[in-house]
Amino acid sequence: MDSHQPLSDAQAGTATADREMIRFDKVVKRFGDNVVLNELDFTVSPGEFVTLIGPSGSGKTTILRLLMTLEKVDGGTIQVDGEYLSHMERGGKLVPADEKHLRKVRRHIGMVFQQFNLFPNMKVLQNITEAPMRVLGKSRAEAEERGRELLEMVGLSEKVDAHPSQLSGGQQQRVAIARALAMEPDVLLLDEVTSALDPELVAGVLAVLKDIATSTEITFLCVTHEMQFAKDVSDRVIMFDHGQVVEEAVPEKLFTSPEHERTREFLHAVIDREV
Amino acid sequence: MNWDWDYAIDSLPLLFQGIVVTVELTVLGALLAYALGLVLALVRQVRVPVLSQLVYLFVEFIRSTPLLIQVFAFYYLLQPALGLRLSPFVTGFVMLGIHYATYTSEVYRAGIDAVPKGQWEAARALSLPRGRVWTGVILPQAVPRVLPSLGNYTISMFKETPLLLAIGVLDVLNRAQEAASETFRYVEPVTLAGVFFLLVSYPASILVRKLERRAGTV
Ligand SMILES: Nc1ncnc2c1ncn2[C@@H]1O[C@H](COP(=O)(O)OP(=O)(O)OP(=O)(O)O)[C@@H](O)[C@H]1O
Ligand SMILES: [Mg+2]
Repeated sequence: MDSHQPLSDAQAGTATADREMIRFDKVVKRFGDNVVLNELDFTVSPGEFVTLIGPSGSGKTTILRLLMTLEKVDGGTIQVDGEYLSHMERGGKLVPADEKHLRKVRRHIGMVFQQFNLFPNMKVLQNITEAPMRVLGKSRAEAEERGRELLEMVGLSEKVDAHPSQLSGGQQQRVAIARALAMEPDVLLLDEVTSALDPELVAGVLAVLKDIATSTEITFLCVTHEMQFAKDVSDRVIMFDHGQVVEEAVPEKLFTSPEHERTREFLHAVIDREV
Repeated sequence: MNWDWDYAIDSLPLLFQGIVVTVELTVLGALLAYALGLVLALVRQVRVPVLSQLVYLFVEFIRSTPLLIQVFAFYYLLQPALGLRLSPFVTGFVMLGIHYATYTSEVYRAGIDAVPKGQWEAARALSLPRGRVWTGVILPQAVPRVLPSLGNYTISMFKETPLLLAIGVLDVLNRAQEAASETFRYVEPVTLAGVFFLLVSYPASILVRKLERRAGTV
């Protein structure tokens, strides 16, 4: 890392050298008395694939939901690509974001859910074209062409006219991935996207994700219990507990020689469960 | 008591006029109840400040008083007070529609609540505009589920049209009475009117039950 070296004027001007795609600054999130995130700090660089691990209830889903603006922070700030997400600047001061601001920043971010959440009233292709047409203002022809490309990419060309209910869980999840990609997100959030699948369908979905992760510039923030997958694709793994970062490292290091006892315990527990 | 076929047949034209009125009242009243009920449900769901509370009070008020009193009050008290002069027919279907809208609004609400939370979140994650979330995602899932309940209320409305006699609307039963009042023979016209209600309501409720089985009711 060369982040301690002084920046040249040119670098400072464009600020791309260590531009951050995601930045959490002392983020606090509570549900009633339950402090889920306790002054959480972490950053993710553009194009990075970061996996979040940690025990159940440690706040992994909450982090993704905050980024997707499905929840609001109780303290601290979140920035995406240098822009405040939780807040907005008004008259030189930071105030909590209003709905209009959220709508704007949300567009950079896509999310794939554990339960797929396809729209059952729309056919597969319309699930994918709906938002590009309504939100990005694409024409039907444009949106459908891109939709077909994406379906091909996730290996479901022949399901264009199917209804979601006619698909297996694995197929539905691949459609959901295509739907998220159709919005051309800078950041894609994956929350245990294979946990609801029958074991034999997991590999297909992970293969698609790996493909996308290696072939696009998208920044990934991923919560998964698939440790092999995490090892394969992650640039960095962050271990959470009690609403704070326990440690973070490249996967080779974190999975084989973690620094903290807490991480070791957690990895043991997960691996025991898998065997 | 004996049955006079000639007399029964003679009363048919008058009954038929009544049938038309009954069907018109039901159709118009039902359309109003479907539309207004949806509006009431949305106002409460979207939690428009003040308006939501007013709608809540309105719904509770209408549901806890009899339709007959509402019809009377609207026709003989409210309309003169407002300087309105709606015909008995229009008053009739409007009151039917408003009364039943308070029931259909609850039906819609249940249907909307039954749409999984994940659908809202997926729509939000795709940045769909709020109006489109309703028209493209939520209502297309909620409405088919509530069709059977809407159907049941439509049948109730159909069977309630006779009480509009109170303000002089001549539906089929009231026509039957009119026919009878000339001859003092009630059996034939009233029986025929009853048969008419049966002939429509019974198949309609079978249809609703079929819908229920298909839709997996709320
Ligand atoms: N909407 C909510 N209302 C109240 N408490 C909540 C809500 N969402 C999450 N929590 C609480 O916040 C804590 C963190 O939940 P979160 O879902 O982020 O954990 P997680 O790390 O994703 O766990 P898991 O691995 O089980 O998915 C938990 O204690 C949970 O009970
Ligand atoms: Mg979770």
